[in-house]
Formats: sequence, structure tokens, C-alpha cells
Amino acid sequence: MRREGSAFHGLGTVILKELSDHFASARMRVLEWLVVLTALAAVYGAIQQVRDVTAEDPFLFLRLFTTAREPLPSFVSFLSFLVPLMAIGLGFDSVNGEHSRRTLSRILSQPIYRDALLFGKFLAGLATLSVSLIALWLLVIGLGLIMLGVPPGGEEMVRALIFLFVTIAYAGVWLALAMLFSVIFRSAATAALVTLGIWLFVSVIWPALSSAIAEALFSNADQATLVIAGQMLARLSPATLFGESVLALLHPTTRTLGPVYLSQLQGAVMGAPLPIWDSIMVAWPQIVGLIAATILLFAGGYVAFQRQEVRA
Amino acid sequence: MTETVIETKGLTKRYSTGTAVDGVTFSVKAGEIFGLLGPNGAGKTTTILMLLGLSDITAGEARVFGHDPRREPLAIKRRVGYLPDSVGFYDNLSAAENLHYTARLMDVPAETRAQKVADALGRVGLSEVADKKVGTFSRGMRQRLGLAEIIMKDARAAILDEPTNGLDPQASVELLELIRSFKSHGVSILLSSHLLERVQTVCDRVALFNRGRIALIGTVAELGRKVLGGGYAVEVETSGGGGIGLESRFSALPGVRTVEQPEPGRWRLGCDRDLRAEAAAEVIAAGARLSRLSLDEPSLETIYTRYFQEVANAA
Repeated sequence: MRREGSAFHGLGTVILKELSDHFASARMRVLEWLVVLTALAAVYGAIQQVRDVTAEDPFLFLRLFTTAREPLPSFVSFLSFLVPLMAIGLGFDSVNGEHSRRTLSRILSQPIYRDALLFGKFLAGLATLSVSLIALWLLVIGLGLIMLGVPPGGEEMVRALIFLFVTIAYAGVWLALAMLFSVIFRSAATAALVTLGIWLFVSVIWPALSSAIAEALFSNADQATLVIAGQMLARLSPATLFGESVLALLHPTTRTLGPVYLSQLQGAVMGAPLPIWDSIMVAWPQIVGLIAATILLFAGGYVAFQRQEVRA
Repeated sequence: MTETVIETKGLTKRYSTGTAVDGVTFSVKAGEIFGLLGPNGAGKTTTILMLLGLSDITAGEARVFGHDPRREPLAIKRRVGYLPDSVGFYDNLSAAENLHYTARLMDVPAETRAQKVADALGRVGLSEVADKKVGTFSRGMRQRLGLAEIIMKDARAAILDEPTNGLDPQASVELLELIRSFKSHGVSILLSSHLLERVQTVCDRVALFNRGRIALIGTVAELGRKVLGGGYAVEVETSGGGGIGLESRFSALPGVRTVEQPEPGRWRLGCDRDLRAEAAAEVIAAGARLSRLSLDEPSLETIYTRYFQEVANAA
């Protein structure tokens, strides 16, 4: 049965409206300040640390993102923690909010399909996150330029740009998850709690739990199998995928994200950085995994929304 | 006036928990106000959502302006305005901004948008609060804003779900006035309600819903005849003497079934049809002075109560 008209009719209007809502909302402002202040503190710490250590590193600029100075964690670990919070903050009430404001049936009685509303909300959320992350990224680069006084090399910039892209994909996963629950649960509070619970579970508990599960499942296997199984399980968490891909991109000496076999070390110069293309190849499965998770979660929310009854 | 705007045939909606709408058949003609009446949970809103393509149709057929809501919902939603039960707006936006948003969704061209929004707000009497946030609006104002949206759409048909629900008497009178003005602009209206008296004053025809089925359908007078067995009551008041033998004169009129005299100088005639003219002629012929003459139409409330009593007794 074919429907008349485009599913994306009205998409642009929805995106613009949601964008202006996001940027005008107090919630967004609080989240932005939270991210900017903590991230800047981390970068400032990193700069102090990098200055103390000699500037022999050919990828000095990338150290800005990854160096930690006690007691603060690095910029990257801050991001892996705060980006989900921001994404969940934007998405947890996107659909059930329309229900509780009783605007959903009125909007859907306009000549648009539900597809446009959900796509519009997702794309607007992603655009908001992208704008914030790009601004933050530029801020860090600018701070680095001023305080380090060393311009970044071309390869460093490419790596940093890909890192930015991966961060946006990571944000997309959490936005899609938050929207999925905002479709499933009619109460915004329930949706927020469930999403936050999942976030805590997969980013804090799951990495520790996965090796324990691997040991329980393959109790009589050899050491290598155990390690690989544990890693496979840990990679179900988007936080792990993000951490690994960032590691490969920002630490050019990373040769592999799994266990290293002796055969792989033959002829390798230890400590020598990989060319950028090889680093991307190392992180490629993780990057694809993040994008795929976003698409899958969004598709789940999409199907649920299409089947949902409009009336409360 | 013979064009059919909305038509359903055996429209059915089944959920896993039961049947919400069960084989509903009715039609709304152009320029008509049609009322869907019935208790809460009788299937009125579900029927409306199916007509707009917002809910799947389990079985049966529906046509709105000749379009199938399953296949061409956009064509229907372009021509039909919808005011949901207790309509909501974005509280953080002003009335005009809310309308601008829906105007964009309706593809109103940018050049005419501001004018259309202003005109629509003017017609529902909200011009003065156009730039106020909807969060501060009363329920009646929100309902009127919902009607403004329909006006802006240039809708040829409007579907109103419980438009007067939860409004104070003053606000609901104003709203019904607006609904009448829709009709005078040639808009067909399908409205659902459980508030019968109010609806009676605006509806041309009504359908009485009960447990997902249409129990009765027709004009209020037709329903009155069906349920109450022909319920016209003519009241006659005379003043100043005379009128001897009026009672027997009234009884002799064809179509009069009962004659009562609640107090001297006042008669109440139970008739099969409107007998005001005949009754007046009898009063004059008897040499009395006619001071008041009125017709009690059957009230929807009475019909409704009586019908559901009968259904309950039959069960």
C-alpha cells in the first residue's frame, strides 16, 4: 500500500523549530556551561602538563585532548562522560513531551507524516550537539594555539577533525537512545531515568562486568580466548567503542586495539607512529559500530513511533 | 448542498483489548454541522482519528473529500482542520508564533503568512494577546486558538473533538458562536461531544454513539420521534376571560393526543406535529385573547437519557 506524498514534507520546518527551541532552552544553556567549564579545566590542566614534559612529541597538539593532570581527567574522558549527558538532556522528552503538552495530535493533523516529525527532532538534536561540540573543539584548539605557541601540523588537524566526527557519532548514539525511550515511555521522568540508568550501566559497570562474564562463560578456555571474549563483550558499550577509536586516532602509536600477536610485531618499529590512514583503519570497526548503533536505535524509535496510537 | 464531505461504511477499529469502533456508517454533507454524541469511551475520538489517518483502520471504508485516509492522509489533512480534545500549544511560544509554525507546516507561502495569522487571530478575538505566551492562556483561549488554526488553513471541513469540554458557560457560548460562523462560511463540521444541550443548539444532524456503534442517527426532531414517540408540546396562554370550551376545541384538533391545563389560562398540548397555528386559530375562534404560544422541541438530553434507559432495560 503506497502512501501519497513525501515522508519528509515539512522536515525543514520541524528542524528549524526544534533547533530554535533547543538553543533558546535554559536546559541547553546549563548543559553547555557544564561541558565548556569542565572541558576547559581539563585542557588547561593538560597544557600545564604538556609544558612540563618536553616538547619532543611530534603530535604535541593531540596531547591536549588526551593528557590528564591529577586530579582532573583528560579532555577526552570528560567528553566520553558528558556528551551522553548532553544528548540525553536534549532527547529524553522529545516525543513524550509532545504527548503531555497535547500538541502531538494537533501537529500530526497538519499535512505532514510522522516521519518528518521524528526525523526533524533527531536531526535538530544532532545539529545542536554538533554545533556545541564544534564550538568546544575550536575553543580547545584556540586555547592550545595561544598557550602552547606551537601551530598544529596538517596531520594533527586531520586526526583532530576525525576525532570531532567520532564524538558527534557518539553523541548520536545517546540521542537516538534517549529518543527511543521518549517514544516508549509516556512519562518524561521515566524515560530520563531509564536512559540515565543505561548510560551509567554501559559506561561504568559494563567494562568491568564484561571480563567477569567472559570468565564465567569460558571458564576452561585459554588466556587469549578469555581476553578476546572480554573485549568483544565490552565493545557492546558505545563508551568502549568511543574510547578505543579515540585512542587509535589521537595516539598515532597505537597499532592495534586488541591483543598483539607476535607475528604482528615482526618488523615493527616500536613506538613509531602509524600513518593517518592506518590509524583510521585501526579505529574503523569502532567508528562504524558507533554509526550503526545510532541507526539501529533510531530505527527502533521510528518503528515504535509509527505504531503508536496518537491519543493519550 | 448534496455533496458528501465525509463518508464512512462499516468503519471498524479493533484493539487487542476489544473493539473500540464497530461498523460505523454515516455521512456528512457539505455545509452541515454533524454531531457525534455519546458517553466517554463510546468510540467518538477513535472514529475521528481514523478519518484523519492518524489511527489505522481495522476494517471498513472511510472517505473524506473522496480521499482514503489510509492512502492519502496528506490530501485529507490539507483540507480538513482538526481541533483535538483539550488542544495543546507550545507554552514557551506566543500565540502568533504557534500559528506561524503550523502555517509553515501547511505550506502557507511566506508572503501571506503574517497576514493570515493576523486575520485568523482577529476572527477568534485573540488579536490583543497575539504576542503573549500561550502558557498564560486560559482553556477557552486555547480552544479559540485551535479554531484560529483551522481558519488559517482555509479548511473546507472542520473536525472538532469535544470543543466545549471543560469551558465555563460564557466561553462555550462564544465558542459555539464561532462554530456557527464557520458554517456560514460554508465549512462542514463534524463535532463530537457528551454535552448535549450545547450541541443541540448547533447541530443539523446527530449520531448517537453507544459502545462503538451508532445507535441512532438523524435530526434532533427525528430522533425525538423515534425515541419519545413524537414529542411536540405546544403551550398556549390566554388572558382576560372568554375561552369557554377551549379544552374540547383543542382535543378535537387532528394530531392532538393530550390536553392538560396546569393552571387557569394555560394549556399544554401533546401533539404529533407542530400545531401552533391551529391552536392559535382555535383560541381566537373561542373568543379568547392569545398572550403566549410556544413549542417545546424534544430536548436531546431527554432523548439521550430515555434511549440509554431503554437500552439498559432491554439488556
